[in-house]
Amino acid sequence: MSATQHADAAALTMSGAEVVLRALKDQGVEVIFGYPGGAVLPIYDALFQQNAIRHILVRHEQAAVHAAEGYARSTGKVGCVLVTSGPGATNAVTGLVDALMDSIPIVCLTGQVPTHLIGNDAFQEADTTGITRPATKHNYLVKKSADLARVVHEAFHVARSGRPGPVVIDLPKDILINKAPYQEAPPADQPHRSYRPQVEPDMAQIRKAVALLKAAKKPIVYAGGGVINAGPEASRLLTDFVRMTGFPCTNTLMGLGAYPASDPQFVGMLGMHGTYEANLAMHGCDVMLNIGARFDDRVTGKLSHFSPGSKKIHCDIDPSSINKNVKVDVPIVGDAGRILAALIAAWKDDAAQPDREALAAWWRQIDAWRAKDCLRYVQKGSIIKPQHAVKRLFEITQELGKETFITTEVGQHQMWAAQYFGFDKPNRWMTSGGLGTMGYGLPAAMGVQIAHPDALVIDIAGEASILMNIQEMSTLAQYRLPVKVFILNNEYMGMVRQWQELLHGGRYSESYSAALPDFVKLAESFHGVGLRATSADDLDRVIREMIAIDRPVIADICVDQKENCFPMIPSGAAHNEMILGPGQEGGVAGVTDEGKVLV
Amino acid sequence: MPDPTDNNMRAATIAVLVENEAGVLARVIGLFSGRGYNIESLTVAAVDETRRISRITIVTTGTEMVIEQIKAQLDRLVPVHKVSDLTMEGAHLTRELALIKVVGRGEHRVEALRLADAFRARVVDATTESFVFEMTGNADKIDAFCALMRPIGLAEVSRTGAVAMLRGATGLTA
Ligand SMILES: Cc1cc2nc3c(=O)[nH]c(=O)nc-3n(C[C@H](O)[C@H](O)[C@H](O)COP(=O)(O)OP(=O)(O)OC[C@H]3O[C@@H](n4cnc5c(N)ncnc54)[C@H](O)[C@@H]3O)c2cc1C
Ligand SMILES: Cc1ncc(C[n+]2csc(CCOP(=O)(O)OP(=O)(O)O)c2C)c(N)n1
Ligand SMILES: [Mg+2]
Repeated sequence: MSATQHADAAALTMSGAEVVLRALKDQGVEVIFGYPGGAVLPIYDALFQQNAIRHILVRHEQAAVHAAEGYARSTGKVGCVLVTSGPGATNAVTGLVDALMDSIPIVCLTGQVPTHLIGNDAFQEADTTGITRPATKHNYLVKKSADLARVVHEAFHVARSGRPGPVVIDLPKDILINKAPYQEAPPADQPHRSYRPQVEPDMAQIRKAVALLKAAKKPIVYAGGGVINAGPEASRLLTDFVRMTGFPCTNTLMGLGAYPASDPQFVGMLGMHGTYEANLAMHGCDVMLNIGARFDDRVTGKLSHFSPGSKKIHCDIDPSSINKNVKVDVPIVGDAGRILAALIAAWKDDAAQPDREALAAWWRQIDAWRAKDCLRYVQKGSIIKPQHAVKRLFEITQELGKETFITTEVGQHQMWAAQYFGFDKPNRWMTSGGLGTMGYGLPAAMGVQIAHPDALVIDIAGEASILMNIQEMSTLAQYRLPVKVFILNNEYMGMVRQWQELLHGGRYSESYSAALPDFVKLAESFHGVGLRATSADDLDRVIREMIAIDRPVIADICVDQKENCFPMIPSGAAHNEMILGPGQEGGVAGVTDEGKVLV
Repeated sequence: MPDPTDNNMRAATIAVLVENEAGVLARVIGLFSGRGYNIESLTVAAVDETRRISRITIVTTGTEMVIEQIKAQLDRLVPVHKVSDLTMEGAHLTRELALIKVVGRGEHRVEALRLADAFRARVVDATTESFVFEMTGNADKIDAFCALMRPIGLAEVSRTGAVAMLRGATGLTA
């Protein structure tokens, strides 16, 4: 009998619920975000009787998933969620899709009615594996106790390896109550039967990439969320490679922090609300090195006009990302960190030198674009410009030197946060990029604060978005999580209002935030502190006070209601058709119906 | 290398070896419907009971870029072992089985049998006013047979969809 079989026999004293918790513990889970209900009571009972795993009781299952996402994105670990059957599982679906779109590793345990009732429309039954199949990277319904431990271990492996994503394990109540054998996780080097993502790049492809890069006259590095997924070492290697070559580097919204924002070679975020210099450099480059970015439509604009003259190298761990939207010349499948290490080694081996003269000319061109100063704004008078509010928030946190993590909701405030808050390190920026889920930021901040109890965690929010998961203020109070909610309150669904202004003749259909709560009192009723800034003179004081308070705070920053977010590439337009600011909206008049159909 | 400006559609016969487990077919079908790919036919059956492997054969059409996507998307499903585009990998056999019911009397019956003979369709059931023919072949052959039977009294058709395999010694294994 092998050692594991011995362990199995001995472990038949454990209930399914205990097996689940033991497997979670062996997988390194320290925290689980959840909400109880009938189908998962056995797990809650087992949780009660142990100390290894901490449970954080959220106030809505969607928030449990976003909290786990914040936890995962800020630590590089897998986030763990526990919800009950039926409504518990369906409430979690938005969070799961969010994690799927943004490649965030999550394991979500859902309760299920006992196996003999499945399919009978039993109380709180939902076809969870059916509903979450397109919402997850993979899902499981455990129908045999003997499979339980293996499935939990496998779920973690699937969630964290390859292109990370959410995995659901649906657990019928009888499986949780009945005795089940425990098995250790298989050794890390034992391959899965059918799932084997490619991590190591093909060296022939690496050499092709080096050949293209060293001959480039107008190169650009376009790095995305995949570099963050690959771990902090990948960001360090990216920085080394960019500095070695002297190339300009841009990051996607999901990639912010992968390359230091304060570095002179950083040309800012690209895409719909990216900088003029980043977008024009993408448009005009002759060689593009994409690392861990997926040519999203927010980034490419009109596909037929996207970077028309360039050779494209695309490094991605997921072969389905390659040649999906944009045809590339040199695909490299593998982990961003391994690819960067291989690129650096091959570059050195080759004693490669960039074309310095061409590069200097390219930088002169980029500097000319930079001189447009596309992110400038004018803060005058007492009305607070939202850009200024974010800028001051950034500067004050810099000055205080505290480890700072930023989450956001979705809308204009999210874009201003991306534009005016600089990230020099990975894992400090959590935002809902792919799904664009309003209500993401507060629970995500909660998850970040759990993982980093001493850090400053700020949710840069809009007054509309924050109401979508405002109930989590109660969770903050319960666990004394000093999260700061910094609301850029423009009394509009500003991003919607902006599109209506620019594309729908200024008919502001249902985009006014009427009947808002008093956010100061709301904070107080949730046992937090409420602050408000109505004039530019109050801004710094409110920011400093907010940071100084060691409790949950809502800072209601009343900003200019009509401010729009620029630069902007209108939908259906190309990178070089960007609108830089007010007075230039004329450019939008040219948006065709073909453009208008785009989201 | 797929070219996005290439709008030429091509057919592809794709063989997919998968874990024989609950939900795997739903994953494959959901992938096609969710991403808007065509399915002309899809067949599935267990092919290796000991190793719990099933084989799915999908016939689809799309531009080169879409077919590349389909293969990559299939390949990243966790229970998928292997994806093989038989259309690209060389000469391959495609077969489909059909049961075809023809109803009629007199001269129509004689004509039906004559055509069946020409197409090597077998009579597997007969009454005084009907036949059920069984036939295997590629889709075109079955289409042609059905078209000829229509004026004679085609009453019902049941087809399996294509199964396919590469010619020659190389086998597809998980
Ligand atoms: C209101 C709004 C406006 C937006 N505007 C913009 C904008 O102006 N600019 C912008 O950039 N985005 C914008 N976005 C976000 C946009 O929708 C996408 O989410 C984002 O552009 C995708 O980022 P990404 O390409 O880095 O890919 P991600 O979604 O982060 O995907 C990561 C890619 O890397 C791969 N990968 C994962 N792990 C690894 C690994 N270990 N090694 C290698 N590869 C790996 C994955 O397979 C995937 O292809 C906006 C979103 C919203 C809500
Ligand atoms: C759940 C959800 N519903 C609707 C939308 C569409 N949407 C995108 S931005 C936005 C307005 C957000 O308003 P607010 O939070 O005040 O942010 P602002 O744009 O004003 O900064 C809406 C409704 C969305 N992204 N998410
Ligand atoms: Mg608003």
